[in-house]
Amino acid sequence: MNNKELPNHLKYLEDNLNKMARTRMLYSVISIAAIILILATGTYVAEESNAGSFVRGIDNFFDYPIALFAKTFDAGFSWFGYVLDYVPDLLYTFNMALFSTIVGAILALILSVFASGNLIKNKTIVWTARRIMDICRAFPELVLAITLLYLLGRSPIPAVIAIIIHTAGALGKLFSEAIENADNKQIEGLESVGSSWLSRIRFGVLPQVMPILLSYGLLRAEINVRASTILGFVGAGGIGEQLNTLIQWNFGAKITAVMFLLILTITLLDYFSTFTRQKLIGGSFIIPKDK
Amino acid sequence: MDKVSKEFLEKHSDIINIKFSKYLRSFFYLFLIISYSIFAFYSLGFNKLTDQFKPDFAAKLIQDSYSYKDHINTKWSDTSDVTISYEGGAFTKYDPKDFPEWFLSDTNKHSVIFNNQGIIDIFKDRIEMKGFGDEEEKNLLLTFKLLNGKPTVEGYTFDDPKLPKWIRITENKVEVRPSLFERLQVYSEKIEIHRFQFGWKYFFFDFASPFNKYSSSELFLLFFSSNRLDPEISNARFMFNEFLSNEQWFHGLVFSSLRDTIFMAVIGTLFATIFGLLLAFLAAINITPFNFVRFFIRRFFDSLRGIDFLIWSLIFLRAFGPGLYTGILAIAFTDTGTLGKIMSEAIENIEKNQNEGVESTGATRNQQHRFGIIPQILPVFVSQSLYYFESNTRSAVILGAMGAGGIGLLFLDSIMTGANFENVAYMSILILIVVFLMDTFSQWLRRKLIGNVFVAIVK
Repeated sequence: MNNKELPNHLKYLEDNLNKMARTRMLYSVISIAAIILILATGTYVAEESNAGSFVRGIDNFFDYPIALFAKTFDAGFSWFGYVLDYVPDLLYTFNMALFSTIVGAILALILSVFASGNLIKNKTIVWTARRIMDICRAFPELVLAITLLYLLGRSPIPAVIAIIIHTAGALGKLFSEAIENADNKQIEGLESVGSSWLSRIRFGVLPQVMPILLSYGLLRAEINVRASTILGFVGAGGIGEQLNTLIQWNFGAKITAVMFLLILTITLLDYFSTFTRQKLIGGSFIIPKDK
Repeated sequence: MDKVSKEFLEKHSDIINIKFSKYLRSFFYLFLIISYSIFAFYSLGFNKLTDQFKPDFAAKLIQDSYSYKDHINTKWSDTSDVTISYEGGAFTKYDPKDFPEWFLSDTNKHSVIFNNQGIIDIFKDRIEMKGFGDEEEKNLLLTFKLLNGKPTVEGYTFDDPKLPKWIRITENKVEVRPSLFERLQVYSEKIEIHRFQFGWKYFFFDFASPFNKYSSSELFLLFFSSNRLDPEISNARFMFNEFLSNEQWFHGLVFSSLRDTIFMAVIGTLFATIFGLLLAFLAAINITPFNFVRFFIRRFFDSLRGIDFLIWSLIFLRAFGPGLYTGILAIAFTDTGTLGKIMSEAIENIEKNQNEGVESTGATRNQQHRFGIIPQILPVFVSQSLYYFESNTRSAVILGAMGAGGIGLLFLDSIMTGANFENVAYMSILILIVVFLMDTFSQWLRRKLIGNVFVAIVK
C-alpha cells in the first residue's frame, strides 16, 4: 500500500504499529537465540564433564531396565513376596512424611498469620516472618538433613526435622498468599462488632481459606513422601535406604519390587490428592511443585 | 420473646443451633490428628533424641565452621624443636624463621600467647600454664611434668577435687581444655597445643600462595601493578589463578560444581518445557481428534510423572555415569510429564472464540494454533515453567547428592569426610545464595513477562 495516500493520523498509527511489530520481533529473536545459546553451551559443558558421552549413554540406556526386568522375570512368583516384604519400610517412610507434614503445616499456619499484611498491621513483624519463611524454604531438605544426620547419627529424626523446616517455609508462603487473598469484608464485619483478633482469624479468615490450606497441605504430603524416600538414601532409614542397599548389591528383582511400591504409592497419592482437592475447592488449581 | 424473633430463630435454626454431631466430628478429626502425632512422636524415636545428641561433638563441629586452629607440636626429648602448622596439615607447616607473632622464643623457653591473654610456656622439662578458666582459676599456675615417664600435673592427683574441671588426667595423657578456643594435650612422648582463632583463614589465597604476606591494600595495588611477581603472567591473572586453585577452600572446584548444578536445572527445565509444550498439543482434546493418540500421550505423561525423579536418576546414572546428563535427563523426564499435563489442561480450557475468530480470516490450522491458542496459554506456560525452574534448582542439588555430580555431591563428600566443617559451612552458604538468587530472578522474570497475577486454572 502506498503510504502517501493515507491520512496523517492513520499513517502515524501504521508507523507505530510497524515499529512495535519490529520491537516484538527483535525480542522474540533475542530470546530464542538466548535459549539456543544456553542449550548449546549446556550440552557442551555436559559433554565435557560427564563421565561418558551422550551417544554411549543412549546406547546403554535400555540395558539397565532390561537387566532389571530379566531378573524380575527369573524371580517368578516370589517377586510378589518381595513386594510384601518391603511394605513395612514403605510405611516407615510414609510415617516420617505424614508426621513432618502435620507439624510443618501447623508451624506454617502460625508463621503465615504473622506474614499476612491484612492480619498484622505492624510491617516489621510481617517482614521478619516472611524472611524467616524464605530462609526455611531456601535450604534444600537434603542439605539440612545431611548436616543433622552427621550431628545426630543415623535415625529418621534428622530427616523429619529437615522436612519440617522446609515444609514450614514452603507451606507458610502459600498459606500467607491465600490469607492475603481472602475477602477483607468478613474481617471488617467482625471488627465492627468488636471481636478480638483471634476470633477474627477463627471466624473471618479460617472458614474462607481452610479448603485451600487443606489442599496445599495434601499436595505437600505427596511431595514429602518423595522427599523422605530420598533422605532414606543418605541414611534416614525406610524404603530409600533399602533401595540404596539393594542397588549397591544389585538385587534385580528386589529393586523392581521396591520401585514398583514407590511408583504405586506416588501415583495413588497423586490421584488421591487430586480427587480430594477437587472435592475441597471444586477444581484443579495449578500449584507449583515445590513452593 | 416476641413473635418476630421466634419466627426468625425458627427460620434460621440450622445456622444458629449448630448440631452437636458437627462439633463432634471436628473434635474427632482433631483427636485423630493428635493421637497420630503422639504415636509418630514415639515411633520415630523423638523421645530418644536426647540420648543420641552429643552436645560436645556438635559444639566442636559448629566451632570448626567459623574458626581455624594452629597446631603447636613438640617432643619431650627436645622441646626447643617446635613445629607450628595450620590445621595440623603436613603441607601447611610454618617456616621456623617466620613463626606467627603470638609465638615467642626465649633462651630457655617458648611461649604461646592466647587471645584471652593466657600463656603456655614450654620449658626444657616442664610446661607452665597460666591465665585460663574462670576468674578464680586465672591466677592458678599449672605445671605439667613427666614423672616416671607418665604425664602429670604437679601438685594434683588424677581424682583431686581441687583440680579444675577442664583438666582430665588418664594413664598416658593429660587433656586440658579450658574453653573451646584453647587445648593442650600432654603425652609421655609429645606435647600438642591447639590454638583456635575466629574466622576463615586463607580464604582467598591458600597457605603456600605468595600473596599471603600482603595486606588487602597492598593486594589492591598489586592487582593493577605492572611489576609482575611471576614474569610469565600478569598479576591480576596470577591472583585469579591462585584464588581458584586454593588448596584449603577449593574455590575452582566449588564454582565449577555450582555451574554444573545450575546448568542441570536450567537445561533440564528448558527441555521439559519444550517437549512438554509440543506433546501437550497432542494430548489436548480440542486439537487432536484421534482418541488413541490422546490416551497414549496422557498415559505417557502419567508414567513420566509417576516414576519419580529419584528412580529416573538411578536409571540414568547406570547409562550415563555420574555427570550432568544424569541430572539434566532426570529433571527433563519428570517435568515433561508434569508440564505436559498442565499445558494440555490449559489448552483444553482456552476460549474458543479467539480461535474461531482467527479461523474466520481464513487462517490455516497452524496459524490458528499460533495466533488463536498460543497467546492464551502463554501466561500459564511462562509462569509454570518459571515455577518449575525455581524448584528444579533445589532438585538439582538433591540429584547431585544422589550421584549426578555438582555441588550436591561435593557437599555430601565434604560432610562425610568430616574433616573440614568450615568447607561445609561455606558450601551451604553458597547453595543458599544460589537458590535465593534463582528464586528472585525467576520471580522478577515472571513479573516482567506476565505481570503480578496468580495464574490458576479452575476446571
